[in-house]
Amino acid sequence: MPQTTAELAPGDVPFIPARCRMQWEPAQQSYVLLFPEGMVKLSETAAEIMKRVDGANTVDAIVRSLEQAYPGADLRADVVEFLKTSHARGWIKIQGK
Amino acid sequence: MQEAGSKSRVSSPLWLLLELTYRCPLHCVYCSNPVNYTRHMNELSTETWMRVMREAREIGAAQLGFSGGEPLMRDDLEVLVKEARSLGFYTNLITSGVGLNEKRIATLRENGLDHIQLSFQDSTRELNDFLSHTKTFELKLNIARMVKRQGYPIVLNVVLHRQNIDHIEQILDMAERLEVDYLELANTQYYGWAFLNREHLLPSREQIARAEEATARFRERVRERIRVFFVVPDYYEERPKPCMNGWGAVFLAIGADGVALPCHQARMLPGIDFPHVDKASIRWIWYESPAFNRFRGFDWMGEPCRSCPERFKDFGGCRCQAFLVTGDPANTDPVCSLSPMHYKILKAVERAQRQTPRPERPLMFRDDRNSRELSSR
Repeated sequence: MPQTTAELAPGDVPFIPARCRMQWEPAQQSYVLLFPEGMVKLSETAAEIMKRVDGANTVDAIVRSLEQAYPGADLRADVVEFLKTSHARGWIKIQGK
Repeated sequence: MQEAGSKSRVSSPLWLLLELTYRCPLHCVYCSNPVNYTRHMNELSTETWMRVMREAREIGAAQLGFSGGEPLMRDDLEVLVKEARSLGFYTNLITSGVGLNEKRIATLRENGLDHIQLSFQDSTRELNDFLSHTKTFELKLNIARMVKRQGYPIVLNVVLHRQNIDHIEQILDMAERLEVDYLELANTQYYGWAFLNREHLLPSREQIARAEEATARFRERVRERIRVFFVVPDYYEERPKPCMNGWGAVFLAIGADGVALPCHQARMLPGIDFPHVDKASIRWIWYESPAFNRFRGFDWMGEPCRSCPERFKDFGGCRCQAFLVTGDPANTDPVCSLSPMHYKILKAVERAQRQTPRPERPLMFRDDRNSRELSSR
């Protein structure tokens, strides 16, 4: 049951909590997120976002980094939406919150 | 991975469950181990478990559960965890916590154990001790603190049944005092010892409703401090659970004696030769063995499942439940209201509505003596 989550501010710093782990799965040829007794397959886009969730980057920095990697793409809204969903599911946490 | 001639695509066994031993210091009446577990006490060596883990990882297993019996009874648990972690598994320990000490948990942590699920010790006597806040509670509190000190969240699994469900408020209170982070209140499902003891264990509708209400109030109070899950017994549902996500779909269990199973109950099913890890590779077992292909896909289904639109969602339910209740594992899971045998579930549920049910058998505690006696019948 996802918890309700507040708006994500550009200055927020997300991180992957200790009990979650992202890794490359050769058998599935994709990144997955592993957590207690569960896992979720990450799309290429989701993986690129999660790679930048390192406990140091702000939401804004993550978006800008992706904008550099994918020039011309208008991805801010999608990235924020993904981060909000991930937060609601407990896959990421926010520093200080 | 495509299998020649198959109608459905067989993917990796993402979930590997290792029942390291059937030894256990507890005697839970709802234990899901086979009633005849004393026939399967010849355990695998450390080397064999390592090979099993390696082979399973090679075909894509990613989640690993160490279970039993009580996995802490194995001296090699720490080295198995280390190997599992180095192979890239996400490792889960499913344990009662009995036998855990500072040294063991520190080593498990160092060796990369990712997650611990603690189960609540349960027998009527122990429950009473616990509820009356004596030595048992102190022991549990110490275990919880040890777990927390190593940086793990406290994930507590409490099996609910008729004998304890009326004490729900006290159980919730104790969970709060233990400062658990996650609380799973799981009404027992009816397999193994739980099926044997079913008439003692199935709660009434009213009991479940009261427990749900108490849990809702508790949730209101604890908010985000404790994540609470409440699982209703599927006897009270109209549709079956998608058991294991389908036979041989994502889940691979290895019993303590090395028999490979698509779920930890399947051993009881007649007419299926479950392969042994000493006799075949994990790859062959998963993809090729007749046992693992027996109920894969949809071709094995009879009606009403065969033409039911929901078959893609629930896969006809649970083969073991179909066998236990209707005598044929190929039948529709009788929990489904569309099953012609659904009345058998309704009868059991009806009997559970009585204030004082009169079970045919006394409550049987999970122990070696009872297991041997029941196995010989």
